[in-house]
Amino acid sequence: MRQSNIGWLFLTPATLILFVVGLVPFIYILYVGFFDWNTNAVDPTLRWAGLQNYRNLVFDATFLNSLARTLVFAFFVVVSELLLGYVLARALMADRLWGRQFFRTIHTLPIVVAPIAVGATWRLLCVPGFGIVPYYLRLWFGIDYNISTNAYHAFATAIIMDLWHWTPFVTLSLMAGLTALPKEPLEQAQIDGGNKLQIFWYVIVPMLKPVLLTTVFIRLMDALRSVDEIWMLTKGGPAEATRFIGLHIWINVFPKTDYGYGAAMSLLTLYVTIVLSWLLFVAMTGRKGGAQ
Amino acid sequence: MRRSGLASFVLWICLTVLTLLPVWWMLVVSMRPRVKLYSKSVLINDLYWDNFLAVLNSSTFLQYLWNSLVVATSNAALVCALGLLAAFGLSRYKISGGDNVFFWLITNRMAPPAVFLLPLFLLFTKWFVFGDFMLFDTKIGLILLYCVFNLPFAIWLLKGMLDGIPLELDEAARVDGATTGQVLSNVILPLARPGLAVTFILTWIFAWNEYLFAATLTSSAGARTVTTALAEYVSVTGTNWGEMAAMAFLTTLPALIVLGFVQKHIVTGLTFGALKG
Repeated sequence: MRQSNIGWLFLTPATLILFVVGLVPFIYILYVGFFDWNTNAVDPTLRWAGLQNYRNLVFDATFLNSLARTLVFAFFVVVSELLLGYVLARALMADRLWGRQFFRTIHTLPIVVAPIAVGATWRLLCVPGFGIVPYYLRLWFGIDYNISTNAYHAFATAIIMDLWHWTPFVTLSLMAGLTALPKEPLEQAQIDGGNKLQIFWYVIVPMLKPVLLTTVFIRLMDALRSVDEIWMLTKGGPAEATRFIGLHIWINVFPKTDYGYGAAMSLLTLYVTIVLSWLLFVAMTGRKGGAQ
Repeated sequence: MRRSGLASFVLWICLTVLTLLPVWWMLVVSMRPRVKLYSKSVLINDLYWDNFLAVLNSSTFLQYLWNSLVVATSNAALVCALGLLAAFGLSRYKISGGDNVFFWLITNRMAPPAVFLLPLFLLFTKWFVFGDFMLFDTKIGLILLYCVFNLPFAIWLLKGMLDGIPLELDEAARVDGATTGQVLSNVILPLARPGLAVTFILTWIFAWNEYLFAATLTSSAGARTVTTALAEYVSVTGTNWGEMAAMAFLTTLPALIVLGFVQKHIVTGLTFGALKG
């Protein structure tokens, strides 16, 4: 390890860029949020509004609904991916498995596909009148499945699409975590006569906790900000059934050019995201704040 | 043991079919002539390339493809270069406040893009304007902007890899009279090359896949990327499914090509090194 001033020299370019595209926008939006600013209004200049934007936001039902909807979506998605991912990871870790590497490679596929293409693909699958999903659901089960009229179907499809996209990631990371677990505590627990459920709850879960929480953290952050896939699949509809918060900000702020209000909306969303991630972070490290 | 092996083999097969079905269906639709478009068979009946040809003959789409190529490649190169420097600094020097800076650098990746759309849009159109040049609607704007999510990722990945290169090698080179620059280029760089390749490919894919920033911060064919082309296409021509599928497939193609190479590192990368894939 050498002296510090030269070290900074290497960090400066990266820090500078992230300062300009990461920190400056944040400070700027903090500032704009206190103003009444609509470039298409009679008076297109910034006028001081204090906390008025935030006051309006608290009574904005569409915004709050969309925030709540996003949380429900994220909750369903994260919980089902975790359960599904764990079951699959355990099932797929058989000792002798022909072509394991090949299968693992295939399962990496959804992770690297562009979200926009994921949305397009699922649209091709699910769109009424064209896709095979509504067709075969009707043919085999007699279900009238229609994502452009039925809010529940659209919401469920959004969840299933996310499961397709991200469960492989959860499976792979839990497999990595399970493989790295020491064998002795498991064997000891078996010798001591613990049943499967007990071993799972008292031995595996505590040992796997860091991995579980890391995975949940990453999935939660992604689920809270998913926009592209939903936009391609349903455009947020029918009505507002799949309009999640990111999409809400995106389709509201720019056409209306109500920048002050948009800034307040963005900031409140960021605040909710930070609080959630902070709570998880505390749970993760088991202590308050600070970098690990 | 053998029976459970067989069961999990069957499970793998089922999962693989489920995983591939959407992508397969996209390929099937893209290779269907208009008259057969509403057939519900999931097999490719004939090799029909006109959808792909129609997409690739559109000069706008080719322009978008080129933009994506330029943006993703330049961004990945920039991010690798800056990421390597930063990782070198963090890994080899005791920097006062280094931990906090590192933590802040990394948090940038977690920022929800939708939240930053508005300030970036305003900054790009009103503040980052130099004479006639403004960052809005330029490839340079996107190249710089994608650093927000790619640079933290690169720094993290590369720092992990540099930490794995023994410090003794640096010291030995320095004893032999190498300057810091020479240590970086003759000792670190050759050893970090595989790590750099992985970083380059993954950041390239992330930049290629990005949609929201590109859709909001560009407006003309000079800077728009393939992902925006796909989204535009869907909203403009409601039901030309064949060409839409072809376009979606072309957007996915790079990911398919690098898949095998990326597979080992993706979990490590996405979990910020918390897990070794």
